[in-house]
Amino acid sequence: MRHGQSFFGPLADPAADAGHRDHPPRVGFFTDTSVCIGCKACEVACKEWNDVPEDGLDLLGMSFDNTGMLGANSWRHVAFVEQERPLGRQDAGLAELPTGPSTTEAAASVVARALPGTPRDGGDLGTAPVHLGFPSFDLPGTDADARERTDFRWLMSSDVCKHCTHAGCLDVCPTGALFRTEFGTVVVQQDICNGCGYCVSGCPYGVIDRRHDDGRAWKCTLCYDRLRGDLEPACAKACPTQSIQFGPLDELRERAAGRLAQLHEAGVTEARLYGHDPDDGVGGDGAFFLLLDEPEVYGLPPDPVVPTRDLPAMWKSAGLAASAMLAAAAAVFLGGDRS
Amino acid sequence: MRSGKRRGRGRGAGKGDAMAAAGGTGDVGGNGEGGTVGGTGDVGGNGEVGRGGTVGATGSAGENGEVGGTGDGGGNREAGGGATARGGGATGIRAAGSGAGRGGDGSREQSMVPPAQFRSYYGRPVLKPPVWEWRIPAYFFTGGLSAGAALLAAGADLTGRRALCRGCRLGGFGALAVSSYLLIADLGRPERFHHMLRVAKPSSPMSVGTWILAAYGPGSGLAAGAELLPPALHATLPGRLARAAARPAGLSAALFAPGVASYTAVLLTQTAAPAWHEVRRELPFVFTGSAAASGGGLGMLVAPVAEAGPARRLGAAGAVAELLASRLIERRPGLVTTAYTTGRAGRLRRAAELLTLGGAAAALTVARRSRPAAAAAGLALLTGSVLQRFGVFAAGVASTEDPAYVVVPQRERLEAKKAEERA
Repeated sequence: MRHGQSFFGPLADPAADAGHRDHPPRVGFFTDTSVCIGCKACEVACKEWNDVPEDGLDLLGMSFDNTGMLGANSWRHVAFVEQERPLGRQDAGLAELPTGPSTTEAAASVVARALPGTPRDGGDLGTAPVHLGFPSFDLPGTDADARERTDFRWLMSSDVCKHCTHAGCLDVCPTGALFRTEFGTVVVQQDICNGCGYCVSGCPYGVIDRRHDDGRAWKCTLCYDRLRGDLEPACAKACPTQSIQFGPLDELRERAAGRLAQLHEAGVTEARLYGHDPDDGVGGDGAFFLLLDEPEVYGLPPDPVVPTRDLPAMWKSAGLAASAMLAAAAAVFLGGDRS
Repeated sequence: MRSGKRRGRGRGAGKGDAMAAAGGTGDVGGNGEGGTVGGTGDVGGNGEVGRGGTVGATGSAGENGEVGGTGDGGGNREAGGGATARGGGATGIRAAGSGAGRGGDGSREQSMVPPAQFRSYYGRPVLKPPVWEWRIPAYFFTGGLSAGAALLAAGADLTGRRALCRGCRLGGFGALAVSSYLLIADLGRPERFHHMLRVAKPSSPMSVGTWILAAYGPGSGLAAGAELLPPALHATLPGRLARAAARPAGLSAALFAPGVASYTAVLLTQTAAPAWHEVRRELPFVFTGSAAASGGGLGMLVAPVAEAGPARRLGAAGAVAELLASRLIERRPGLVTTAYTTGRAGRLRRAAELLTLGGAAAALTVARRSRPAAAAAGLALLTGSVLQRFGVFAAGVASTEDPAYVVVPQRERLEAKKAEERA
């Protein structure tokens, strides 16, 4: 252990802490989920560039999310969350129309009774044959049955390895396969990893996993090879809405604060940053997010803490237990009886 | 909720889950089946969670039907594959509706658990379940057994209990050999096991443990080797050297043995699995206690009653320490206790407790008089130790599979922090 290396708390320069001298600035991702359109170009670009194997063509029944979660073969994961509420002061164009509830049948019947009194008799909704032709220029949902229509928002978010300041995976790796790069990111050296699986349980975000047919642990490298070639990571490059922004972390944090203020001003009061705070349980994430709901709604832990924080307490307890065992073993031979 | 994960793990990484999914059903088949079985409750419920935790699985029929397709595949698989007790159901706090219709029979039976207390992403786990399989808890047992036996062997050597010494040296080294196999075989790339030796890393308990074992192994091996020496070789020079080295070797093994027995607890507590990390104060005592109990059990098995006094006392002392620390875990405030007291972990640990308690009681009473009784008590202690390790392991796995263990305490912590800031 290098002197002064810390396991917890704010750390200005993790690359220098890991022993890099004259290193480039720490880089990361700022994923602004408010402009994510769920196109999954990031997932595809990541797979293409990094040669990540296919991970099953399944329909998971979770909205449009058929990736499921991050893993050895999914280094970007776009989450889709469907919620019955509009986004900020957004006008879904349904104000003049009855918006049917979808939560209870009782409410649905109330609306159904009120329909005759509403303009256009509830719109021409669900009362006439439905035109299935594409393209359509109508608002989504206006030609659906009123009882099915809701004031709806769709949250989409591209999740990725957080490249923590204090990375649980890196701390527990017993081979040194996981290492801190000069860019402050966390990468697995595949020629070293022996697949012990400790990192899988060490990650408080559930990111890294062991590849079944390969036996080694894999996760996002923040395109280490591209960084070394002065290129931005594949996912950020492919993102068509700049939801995934790549750059020096300091700059990204500034940009994120600006974007947050802008959204709050626009009435999106539920916007919040996640993983940006160097005072949090992992010392701040290299990849952080702007979210529109609580983190757990996106499958993220609300307040993750690197397990290494408690390292001294854990060894202290183990030391006590070990001493007690040694003492007990000595004691049982004392007493002099030969039985 | 479960289908996605099971399928993902089964195919992707976790062999344990592949086991659970052994009911067959190709992925697509699974989906189709789920669709027809169509237990809408389950996934409808998940959808609700996704939409913000509104309670009650009464999404519109269209939504449920649509989503129902895959979600209940999990139910099917679970029923077919007997997905053991890994389950989120244990917590009693569940993602809204995700417990409904879990029978996999397509019934719309509503869950009897309370409504949503927390929000999650379709009830999916936040953490990755450990990739470790049965070999790791089995190693915790064999490693602990080896350590307990090494301590007994050294003491028996110094106090002239030949049979106890011989049995514990051989048993201890045998357990160490099995441990090495278990540890290496559990690696994703067993042929690279020696990569553990390229660094010494204090922040990684596995690295620390590797070096503890490296320091412990030679002593254990030398002492056992001296016991195995054929009498014909005793007079030769190598024979005399080996016999002379046996005592220092055994003492060196005994010196490192408590480390072998206790580092495995830190190995588990320095993970993100809530049920392991939260019991970081108690678990080392459970593990060293369990190690001492199993070592004592071995001593009672291999040595005659007249020599096995220290083994009986060590077994009983270890059992008491293990049971006390285990009780402390169960009395902890917070949700993690549930992981230890319910489901597979709960069953294993209850059985472990009974066997350990019975073994300890017998060790202090009937085992002092009769060899068969001593052997029975020893076996009870050994079995209790095995079950304890598997129980603790199962608790940690369960706590990664149910998002409640992650989200609920962290959310509470955040709310408390916020309340503090306001005040």
